[in-house]
Amino acid sequence: MQSTISGKAYVLGDNVDTDQIIPAQYLTYNPAVAEEYKMFGKYALSSVPPAQAGLPKGHVPFHTRDEFVSDYKIIVAGKNFGCGSSREHAPIALDAAGIQCVVAEFYARIFFRNSVNGGYIIPFETSDRLCEQICTGDELKLDVAAGVLHNLTTKEKWQLKPLGEVAPIIDAGGIFAYAKKVGMLKA
Amino acid sequence: MPAMTMTEKILARHAQKASVVPDENIWVDADILMTHDVCGPGTIGVFKHHFGKDARVWDREKVVIIPDHYIFTEDKMANRNVDTLRQFVKEQNLPYYYDVGTDKYKGVCHIALPEEGHTRPGEVLFGTDSHTCTAGAFGEFATGIGNTDAGFVLGTGKLWLKVPPTMRFIFHGELPPYLMAKDLILAVIGDIGCDGATYRAMEFAGDGVFALNIEERMTLCNMVIEAGGKNGVIAPDKVTLDYVNSRNKSGKPYEVVSTDPGAKFCFEKVYDVRKLEPVVAKPHSPDNRAAVSEVKGTKLDRAYIGSCTGGKMTDFRAAARILKGHTVKIDTFVVPATSEIAQGLRAELINGQTLEQIFLNAGAKIGAPSCAACLGGPSDTFGRLNTPLSCISTTNRNFPGRMGHKEAKVFLASPLTVAASALSGTISDPRECM
Ligand code: SF4
Repeated sequence: MQSTISGKAYVLGDNVDTDQIIPAQYLTYNPAVAEEYKMFGKYALSSVPPAQAGLPKGHVPFHTRDEFVSDYKIIVAGKNFGCGSSREHAPIALDAAGIQCVVAEFYARIFFRNSVNGGYIIPFETSDRLCEQICTGDELKLDVAAGVLHNLTTKEKWQLKPLGEVAPIIDAGGIFAYAKKVGMLKA
Repeated sequence: MPAMTMTEKILARHAQKASVVPDENIWVDADILMTHDVCGPGTIGVFKHHFGKDARVWDREKVVIIPDHYIFTEDKMANRNVDTLRQFVKEQNLPYYYDVGTDKYKGVCHIALPEEGHTRPGEVLFGTDSHTCTAGAFGEFATGIGNTDAGFVLGTGKLWLKVPPTMRFIFHGELPPYLMAKDLILAVIGDIGCDGATYRAMEFAGDGVFALNIEERMTLCNMVIEAGGKNGVIAPDKVTLDYVNSRNKSGKPYEVVSTDPGAKFCFEKVYDVRKLEPVVAKPHSPDNRAAVSEVKGTKLDRAYIGSCTGGKMTDFRAAARILKGHTVKIDTFVVPATSEIAQGLRAELINGQTLEQIFLNAGAKIGAPSCAACLGGPSDTFGRLNTPLSCISTTNRNFPGRMGHKEAKVFLASPLTVAASALSGTISDPRECM
């Protein structure tokens, strides 16, 4: 697990579902094939209604220079991030687009599991409504172990919720690495 | 032993524990792992990457593969994905594969599973699809997982889970003829919100639930994920067992599990079904409920009757009752969930006409069994919303872009309400057509 994650924030609202994160028409790519994995980055967040894309203003494209990888590194969102389908393509799309962690009030269960067990992104939870306090483009720095999020642009900081029981899985890098570590699978 | 809910009991047994409590993390044994053409290739990739190219699945009798999502399309990648499934089935010599283009082809996985005898009370079913929760209608623990988890199960037969606290929803009274299970579950989701059951089990009980047939019970459990639920469950009764026994070809024994008296629920709500009304979920969220009477007259471009939620015999019977002898005013798409249901449409009669004739005579188009436009899919998918149309649908989700175009508006409703609305071209109350 990295000790700090730094980069620009991309801010979204509540109930960002998996169809918005990666629309169903792109699920024909197979994430197990490296060249196809990249394609999920290209279409990440492509069904977010424009007015809700890049809050508070909206209408901010997620990709700026590169069409596969976004300049943004951290997603800040409201409640129930990742609701909807079980498609692992959703955290994969964010990972392929260069997102390293999401900070949301809480997650839909399957999205959360997929993020942790696949080792794609770190899903942090916050008791503050940060999607109304952080602006798209703000420079953030996250101290992963301490769970402290700094907004370098505004000089604010927040204590996020502890990762708790999933911390060892995130730390190991996913469910397979974790199962090997605890002796459930042969190393 | 402490009193447990049926979800807790099933999980405890599959973790070889005398008891479990909510929020406890446990490793459970899977009875069935199901995957399909959208998540199967990724799952197989994870499995091969971690267990080796020549590794064998943990138990070939327990793996079920059902291509259903992107079937009748020219899309090369989609067809390639079915080839990937086919290849894996061959390598592993898997007995339960329902291949496209053969007599074994079924259609939508959540309906195919019970039809083919892969759902039994007391079991643990994992599927790489969020609506795997549908099988809770058979009194089992059934939940959706991702590719990594599924790859892990394929190799080990095990998965870690957090035991969910259970919410209980009790329905009393006899369902009036203008209401269906879809109205009940939309009422629940409207009440608790699309995150109201996050990390929780939803148990349905009461005489109003046990009076429902098995397909309607599946509709209730199908949509628990729309409230964020981990699983939905209904205690097995004679209706369940009659169905399961008539389909359980392998004869595999199972154990009926039900909630102990005194078990703790984290939430309880009682409904009198006679007091409910036909409802819709307005765009763009399944919890955006409105009574049909509040949105009556809203103009529509299209009606869609299909999916694992609204494409079963009970759904088509209901729609046919309304459409018989009338003509639809807007494009109306009918998609049976499985080939068995497609056959049912050709066989079952209402006053001397088959359901299929009733739909065709009314001017509806009938598609081949599959998920079709329920989740949009490739642009040549039957019924897909390729432009920003307004559609009333018996499916389960209406998030932006779900059925195709991201500005399309989707209203979710029961097959009765969808059929009534197809006849007028506006959202209509089925009571006025009955
Ligand atoms: S019919 Fe719709 S909800 Fe059901 S499995 Fe297919 S895509 Fe998913």
